[in-house]
Amino acid sequence: MNETVNVRVFRGDAESGGWRDYAVEVEEGQVVLDVIHRIQATQAPDLAVRWNCKAGKCGSCSAEINGQPRLMCMTRMNLFAPGEPITVAPMKTWPLVRDLVTDVSFNYETAKTIPAFKPRPPEADGFWRMQQEDIERGQEFRKCIECFLCQDVCHVIRDHPANKAAFAGPRFFVRLAELEMHPLDTEDRLELARRDAGVGYCNITKCCTEVCPENIHITDNAIIPLKERVADRYFDPVRWLGGKLFGRRRP
Amino acid sequence: MPEYERHDYDVIVIGAGGAGLRAAIEASARGCRTALVCKSLLGKAHTVMAEGGIAAALGNVWPQDNWEVHFRDTMRGGKMLNNWRMAQLHAQEAPERVRELEEWGALFDRTNDGRILQRDFGGHRYARLAHVGDRTGLELIRTLQQHAVHKGIDVFMECTVTRLLKDGDRVSGAVAYWRESGNLVVFAAKAVVLATGGVGKAFAVTSNSWEYTGDGHALAYEAGAELIDMECVQFHPTGMVWPPSVRGILVTEGVRGDGGTLRNSDGERFMFDYIPDFFRAETADTVAEADAWYEDKENNRRTPDLLPRDEVARAINAEVKAGRGSPHGGVFLDIAARRPAEYIRRRLPSMYHQFKQLADVDITAQSMEVGPTMHYIMGGVRVDADTAATTVPGLFAAGECAGGMHGANRLGGNSLSDLVVFGRRAGMGAAADAAAVDAPAVDDAQVEAVAAEMNAPFAREDGEGPYDIQRDLQETMHTLAGIIRTEAELLEARERIAALRERAARVRVHGHRQYNPGWHLALDLPALLTVSEATARAANLRRESRGGHTRDDYPDPDDGWGGRNVVVRRGADGAMDVSTAPLPEMPAELRRLFEE
Ligand SMILES: Cc1cc2nc3c(=O)[nH]c(=O)nc-3n(C[C@H](O)[C@H](O)[C@H](O)COP(=O)(O)OP(=O)(O)OC[C@H]3O[C@@H](n4cnc5c(N)ncnc54)[C@H](O)[C@@H]3O)c2cc1C
Ligand code: SF4
Ligand code: SF4
Ligand code: FES
Repeated sequence: MNETVNVRVFRGDAESGGWRDYAVEVEEGQVVLDVIHRIQATQAPDLAVRWNCKAGKCGSCSAEINGQPRLMCMTRMNLFAPGEPITVAPMKTWPLVRDLVTDVSFNYETAKTIPAFKPRPPEADGFWRMQQEDIERGQEFRKCIECFLCQDVCHVIRDHPANKAAFAGPRFFVRLAELEMHPLDTEDRLELARRDAGVGYCNITKCCTEVCPENIHITDNAIIPLKERVADRYFDPVRWLGGKLFGRRRP
Repeated sequence: MPEYERHDYDVIVIGAGGAGLRAAIEASARGCRTALVCKSLLGKAHTVMAEGGIAAALGNVWPQDNWEVHFRDTMRGGKMLNNWRMAQLHAQEAPERVRELEEWGALFDRTNDGRILQRDFGGHRYARLAHVGDRTGLELIRTLQQHAVHKGIDVFMECTVTRLLKDGDRVSGAVAYWRESGNLVVFAAKAVVLATGGVGKAFAVTSNSWEYTGDGHALAYEAGAELIDMECVQFHPTGMVWPPSVRGILVTEGVRGDGGTLRNSDGERFMFDYIPDFFRAETADTVAEADAWYEDKENNRRTPDLLPRDEVARAINAEVKAGRGSPHGGVFLDIAARRPAEYIRRRLPSMYHQFKQLADVDITAQSMEVGPTMHYIMGGVRVDADTAATTVPGLFAAGECAGGMHGANRLGGNSLSDLVVFGRRAGMGAAADAAAVDAPAVDDAQVEAVAAEMNAPFAREDGEGPYDIQRDLQETMHTLAGIIRTEAELLEARERIAALRERAARVRVHGHRQYNPGWHLALDLPALLTVSEATARAANLRRESRGGHTRDDYPDPDDGWGGRNVVVRRGADGAMDVSTAPLPEMPAELRRLFEE
C-alpha cells in the first residue's frame, strides 16, 4: 500500500533558509522520522536531523510537525488525511543549527544551576526505605525524556527570548518539583524556584502539558504545587518558620 | 597543517552512556581533569533505552540470593566463556552500585516494606532486577547525568572521535570532529577510556540506534588492542516485527518476566519443546508447573519462556522456519491472558504505548507479534578485570564495547550493572594510570593523516554515497553472519565485506561540513566494516555452537572450544589476525559452585 506523499521540510541554517518540497514514498505504519530518513537516503543526503532510539525513549527527534511540537519518531503518517499538507520544521524557541537541528544548549546550562539531590542519612542498617505511594509522583516526573518540547512551546520564552535569562521553563519546574517531593532530599530549592527559575512567570496556560510525549501533568502536578510552596513560604512567614523548625513537610 | 582546537586532560572518556558517565564521575572524583566526549547529546546514549532492569543480588525479594548465585547464573548463561574474574567482581559489586544510584537520586520501584523491588528475568535464578517500570535505563542515565553535572567534568557533546593518537606504545589522546561545524578537535590525554557501546548498525534488524557503529571496538583495534569473542552476538528473542518501520524495536524481556508467554500459530506454548539438557533440571516441563511458578516460586520450576535469550531466540527462529509463525513472520507473545489491564499498564507503560502508538495493538487485550532482533555484542575489547586496562598502555574500556564479562551470551539486566561496576573500575584504572605518567606529546603528523582521510570523501569526483554501502553491509551481516551460521556463508560474508571495503574507500559525499549526516555516516563506515569482518571471521574460526554463536554445520558445543577465546588483532602486516587464546583459569573455590 505504498503511496507517494508531499512533505515540506525546512532547510537552511541561522543565516538563511526556507521550505523545500519532497515527494516521498510512504509505507504502511511509517512515522515522520522514517520519511525524513527516506529523503536523506534518496534525495538529500545532507538533510540534518537528530534522532537516536526511534521509539519515543530518548527525546532527540523533537520538531514542529504542521506547527505542533512533536516527536518525529512517534508521529504516524496515517495521522494525516490523504492529501493533507505535511510540514516539518525545527523547534522555534532554540537557535537554528541546520535544517531540523537546533541548539538546545540552554537546557544543559540551566540543568547545571539546579543543586544536586542531597539525601538524608540512611537508616541504621545502611538502607533507605520509601513507600511506593510516596515516590509515585517523583517517578512521574522522572519519566521526562528531555525532548524539550514543553520548553519549545512555552510562550514565556518562545515569544520573548529575552526571558530565557530569568525563566528555567517547564522542564526544570518538573525537575525542581521532583526534588522538592523526593522523600529523602534535604536541600532547599524554593528560593531558587522563585528567584532564578522564575516560576512566577508561568501563567498556567498548560500548553506544556499538552505537548509532553510522556504525558507528565506538568502544570497540575509540578508547577502548581511548586507555586503553592513558594507562596506558602514567601507570603506566610509563620508556616515557613514552622517548616524550618520542624523539618520539611512530607509531600 | 590542518587547523584544530586542542584540549589537554588527564583522562578523556569516549562515550556518555552508563559506562562512560560512571567512569568520568570516578576519574573526576579521584582528582583527574576529566573530559566526557559523546556523539549525540548528553542523556541520549543507548543506555536511555534500556527497559527491564539492572541485575544485582540485593536479596530484597529472595533473601536466598547472593553474589555467588548471581555469579553462577551469569557464567552458566554465558556458557562458561566469561572471564570469571569479571563475572565475580560484577556479581559482588552490583548491589553496592545500585544502592549508590539510590544515593544519587534514583527512584526504583519498591517492595511492600519500602526496599528496592526486584523482578524476574531470563536466566536469573531469583527475581533480581531492580527496575523502574520498563524505563530503567532512563533512570540510570539521568541519575548519573544529574550527578555528573556538578562534578566539574567537561562535556563535549555531538563530538565524534575518529582515531586514537599514540605516543610510542602508549595511547596519548584522540582526534574528533564537532558534528555541528565539522571542525577538528584534538584531545591530548594521559589516559583514555572507551565506553562507546555496541555494533548493532552492522545488522539489518536491530534494536540499536545509529550510534552503534562499533567505533570503540575499531578505535581500540586500530590502536593495536585485542578484541575477544566477536563472534558472540546476542539476538534478543523479542523484537517488534510489524509494521516494517518498527521492525527490530525491542520488546522488553520484562513482558515475560511479568507473566507473558510465547505461542506459535497453532496456539502451542512451544518453548517446552526447546529446553536444553543444560537447563533441564531448573526448568518446568509442563504447562501446569510453569503456570504454577508465577504464583509459587518455591515449589515449582521456572517457565521455559524465561530461558536465556540465545535459547529463546533460536526456538522462535525454528518455529517460524517450520511454518508455525505469526502472519508477519514472528510468534505471539501474550500477557493479557494472565494479567489484568491495570497491572500491565503500570508494570509495562512504555510497552503499552509503544504497541498502541506504533502498531495499533493494545497489549492489555491482544497478543504482540515478536521475533529475534540483533541486540547486543558480547565480544569487545579485551580488558583486565580489575582495572579495565586494555592490552595497549593508557587505554581502558568499559560497558558494551568491552569483552569478557558476558561470555557467549549476556543475561538480561546484566548490562546495566556491568556499566556501573566496570565504568567505575575503568575510571579508577585510568586515574591511577594518569597519575603515573607525564603529559603526552601530540604528533602533528598523525593528526594531519586523520584530517586528510576525513576530508577525502568531499574531494572525490565520482564514487557512491554512504547509505547504500551501509545497507548492503547490514544485509550481508544479517543473512550471512546472523543468528544461524555456516562456513560457506561466513566465507561469503568475508568476501562481500572486502568488496564493501573497496566501495567505502571510494565513498563520495556532497555538501558542506556542517551537521552533514551523509558525511558522518561515511566516517562511520570503516568502523562498521572492521567489526563486521571481526565478527564474520571469528564466527568462522569457532567451529562449535555456544550461546550467541550458532553454527548449523557444528550444532553442538565442544569442550575444546569451550576453553578458548577467539582473539582478533591487527597483524604486523596491517591485515586482521584471528587466533585463539586459552580462557583465564577459574580458581577452585569458584569452580565448586558449578559442581553441585
Ligand atoms: C532497547 C534496549 C533495551 C535494553 N534493555 C536493557 C535492560 O533492561 N537491562 C540491561 O542490563 N541492558 C539492557 N540493554 C543493553 C544496555 O542498554 C546497553 O548494553 C548499554 O546501555 C550500553 O551502555 P554503554 O555505556 O556501554 O554504551 P551507550 O549507552 O550506548 O553509550 C555509548 C556512548 O558512546 C558514544 N560514542 C559512540 N561512538 C563514539 C565516538 N566515535 N565518539 C564519541 N562518542 C561516541 C555515544 O554517543 C554514547 O554516548 C538494552 C539495550 C537496548 C538497545
Ligand atoms: S503552563 Fe506555564 S510553563 Fe507551561 S507553557 Fe504555560 S506558561 Fe509555560
Ligand atoms: S517534561 Fe515532557 S515535554 Fe518537557 S522535556 Fe520532559 S518529556 Fe519533554
Ligand atoms: S528518536 Fe528517540 S524519541 Fe524519537
